[in-house]
Amino acid sequence: MEAIVKKRIKQVLKGDQDAYAEVVEIYGEKVFQICYRMLGNRHEAEDIAQEAFLRAYVNIHSFNINLKFSSWLYRIATNLCIDRIRKKKPDYYLDAEVAGTDGLTMYSQIASDTSLPEDDVESLELQETIQREISKLPEKYRTVIVLKYIEELSLNEISKILDLPLGTVKTRIHRGREALRNQLRHV
Amino acid sequence: MKCPAEMIIYMHEYLDEEISAENEQELRAHLQSCKECQTHFHELRKTIALVQSTSHINVPSDFTAKVMAKLPKEKRKVGFQRWVRHHPLFTAASLFIVLMAGSLFSSWEQDHEFSVSKQPNLIVQNDTVIVPKGEVVKGDVTVKNGKIQIEGQVEGDVTVINGEKYLASAGQVTGEIKEVNAIFDWLWYHIKKTATEVVSIFDQEEPEAAK
Repeated sequence: MEAIVKKRIKQVLKGDQDAYAEVVEIYGEKVFQICYRMLGNRHEAEDIAQEAFLRAYVNIHSFNINLKFSSWLYRIATNLCIDRIRKKKPDYYLDAEVAGTDGLTMYSQIASDTSLPEDDVESLELQETIQREISKLPEKYRTVIVLKYIEELSLNEISKILDLPLGTVKTRIHRGREALRNQLRHV
Repeated sequence: MKCPAEMIIYMHEYLDEEISAENEQELRAHLQSCKECQTHFHELRKTIALVQSTSHINVPSDFTAKVMAKLPKEKRKVGFQRWVRHHPLFTAASLFIVLMAGSLFSSWEQDHEFSVSKQPNLIVQNDTVIVPKGEVVKGDVTVKNGKIQIEGQVEGDVTVINGEKYLASAGQVTGEIKEVNAIFDWLWYHIKKTATEVVSIFDQEEPEAAK
């Protein structure tokens, strides 16, 4: 996989823009996943994921071809997510929580036209609860938890992506896990 | 019951798969005897399972297309660079033509001043050059941006650039008479004239073009 990606990147470096499409195809899913779990809604996630690929393309010349492309790309994506979280304005997205309600989103204010089977509703609710708790984590814990448990990356890789000492990554994962445990133990 | 503080650390080390065999043994032994820590450990594992259970969110199907549409358009520039790299001879040739044309155009621009080749017996009145009656002018006569009136004799060619010539009945030119007016005629004339000087002109122009 890395080998194909490197080949495509070399083509991109030579000016073949179309070769980049395959890179986006390969990593689109993962980058989107990171952004979704970091930001908690599809709309923003898509926005930031696109921005991440755009940044990667524009700065492709600064990518060291001997390093892992995915790490570099995830770093761009997580940094963009953190930036977005920090200067998050009160945007109104359908799946953003409605202020003053406990966990109600705009979706729940729209009459659903399809009735879901009870099991689906339950699992959907659970999914929402988990995502909400992830979204409540301070961003430094959220990032490591997402990379570790959603992307299933090794601690070493996470430390490279975030440019943090391994020890710091471990501490953050421990704290993130404890924070989530407090919130999710009664689910 | 107060548990040893390192038990929690061991739990996390275990979850990170970085626990030493020794500590793992200790942790296992402790968990067997301590209900509280067992619950804590169980909750941590449950939390991880829950986080991992979150269903995969599918990326929108047009994601790649959207990204590609947002990329800056630099195909043409890059395509040109690639073309240049692949066709060095064409590139050198077109660069040569551009420089040549540049030098010719700039000399055309400069050449709007009146000028005439220097022969001692030519008479110049304003922008008219007169070959006086009964005089014999030796050598080629070139008049730029002016008129020539030939009443005498010219032993050589007469060239009028951007001007007019009057040949009196008594006037005589032993060589050719050329009138150059349109810029392309002029260019052709210039190219013919400088064909042998091409290399020196090129050398002169190149450092300027490289700026």
